[in-house]
Amino acid sequence: MTVITPGPAAAAIAVDPQTWRQRTWAGSVLDFCRRKPLGAFGLAVVLVICLAGGAADWLAPFDPEENDFSAMMQAPNWLHLLGTDQFGRDIFSRLVFGARTAMIVGFGAAIGGGMIGLVLGVTSAYFGGWIDLVFQRVLDVLMAFPLIILALAVVSVFGTGVFNVIIAITIPLIPRCGRVVRSSALAVREIPYIDAARALGFGHARIVLRHMIPNVLAPFLILLSAFVGQAILAEASLSYLGLGVQEPVPAWGLMLQGSAEDYATTAPWIAIFPGLAIVITVLGFSLFGDALRDAIDPKLRNR
Amino acid sequence: MPPLLEVKGLHTEFRTGAGLVRAVDGISYTVEHGETVAVVGESGSGKSVGALSILRLIPDPPGRVTGGEILFDGRDLRSLPEAEMRRIRGRDIGMVFQEPMTSLNPVLTIGRQITETLEAHRDADRATADRRALELLEMVGIADPARRLRQYPHQLSGGMRQRVMIAIALACNPKLIIADEPTTALDVTIQAQILELMKSLTRKLGVAQIIITHNLGVVARYASRVNVMYAGRIVESGRADAIYHRPRHPYTMALLRSVPRLDQPRRARLDPVEGQPPDLTRLDEGCAFRARCRFAVGRCAEARPALEPAGEPGHLAACFRSAEPMTEEAAA
Repeated sequence: MTVITPGPAAAAIAVDPQTWRQRTWAGSVLDFCRRKPLGAFGLAVVLVICLAGGAADWLAPFDPEENDFSAMMQAPNWLHLLGTDQFGRDIFSRLVFGARTAMIVGFGAAIGGGMIGLVLGVTSAYFGGWIDLVFQRVLDVLMAFPLIILALAVVSVFGTGVFNVIIAITIPLIPRCGRVVRSSALAVREIPYIDAARALGFGHARIVLRHMIPNVLAPFLILLSAFVGQAILAEASLSYLGLGVQEPVPAWGLMLQGSAEDYATTAPWIAIFPGLAIVITVLGFSLFGDALRDAIDPKLRNR
Repeated sequence: MPPLLEVKGLHTEFRTGAGLVRAVDGISYTVEHGETVAVVGESGSGKSVGALSILRLIPDPPGRVTGGEILFDGRDLRSLPEAEMRRIRGRDIGMVFQEPMTSLNPVLTIGRQITETLEAHRDADRATADRRALELLEMVGIADPARRLRQYPHQLSGGMRQRVMIAIALACNPKLIIADEPTTALDVTIQAQILELMKSLTRKLGVAQIIITHNLGVVARYASRVNVMYAGRIVESGRADAIYHRPRHPYTMALLRSVPRLDQPRRARLDPVEGQPPDLTRLDEGCAFRARCRFAVGRCAEARPALEPAGEPGHLAACFRSAEPMTEEAAA
């Protein structure tokens, strides 16, 4: 005898009878947390890091750049929560200010590279033909280099410092965004309202900016959240290699470098805490981005 | 007064993998000021391509207008610079598309989509454009227009969206509206409403209209003149009632027989046009319709008949036998 069990379709129908109702903003955040606990963890990390970076002046107990030679290489204690480095600088304060550097570079590069990639990708898809071909081959060339290698090349041209690091990370992000956005824009291009906009006599700039870009924003925003994590990791790598943010500006990658390696056995806290900060932050942005994609994409809902 | 639109010997080609497709192969017709002209034909007969060619909206590649003149209001649209052409689109020539479900941008409000056209063409300020948008929605018979202006396309039914499309097409007081199968995607009851609306508005505002359709019923009621297209050419052209009651081309006759009629005794079954439209990549020198024609003779394989006067004055047909009485007995 066969027992008929309700299939996945039946389960989908049997979900929460409330879902048809207009959900409130707070309700949808709660719903997101319940469905995607990992995504909620990511969101929490993102919020904590943003808060730390934003309120660093109030959160940090010490000046992150001030040397205190009476308290060098102290293990974590109640005064210096995460210990001090070889110059007596408070590691907790440096981490908090490092979060600010990471946020500035991460968001700056992700938004910069994302926006340029968005416009290029949509424009490329809209015009098609040889313009599309040329754009895509140029992006192919840029894509051929791993992110960090291309960033290194850009730094060697422009030099180091926070602003140049942002540019160095922005450039390799452009093709990565342009590629994804173009594929969405190609589909939008074929929907009749774009032809209708042409028949109304709108110019190319208006059609690209007002009619196509708003219709590819969903995949773009998901991409952006992933880019912030990538950019933070790239900034840490560049700084670690000495080609990114320069001393004495507090940056996580920089804190891992130099004396942190020399004293790894005697004072491991100098290296461990900035390393943890990088891992948790990048993981947080990545988890949040994945969960955001699942939540926005209706095909993956109710799973 | 010269006609509003004069199309002379228009050719539009598409280069495809299978070969060159002459989608529009030398069509000529005129549209007078305030007149409604219908273009009728099966799918793939070139009726939509012909209309898009007028607006220069054929995607190139693969398509290309290769010959002919398009005189609109005394200007040759084919030789205008792109910027001038852009000013004509939407302002002098409005267009209504087939798919009201997808012809409106889902992320913009109805009001924004109407005012955007006004702002793009007339440099109207926000307040004037808003007033005009309200007026237009009232004109196309949308109830509670103030609320509708703030809504998004998904909140409107198909019929309402097509009314919005008409409002957008009329926004800048165009001289000509091209409606490409404006009712195909709508329910039958809504179709009649939309067509009546277009008829009364164009009459009231003195706008000329080209209605592209495959529905001969539409033609009889709403158009003054009709062009019947087959395989990229006009095969019959004349006043609507003459086409409807005294057709001179076997294709038009076949089309008319395939339409259910309520004004005649019921026959057992409808009489569809047998066979498929021809493959445009391999047309020979003969008449393109002969394979499906009940009146075809040997001559039809030798040359394509030209569009020549047949029947009453102003009536043209492209058939060697158009002067003969084409009755059941004459069928070969």
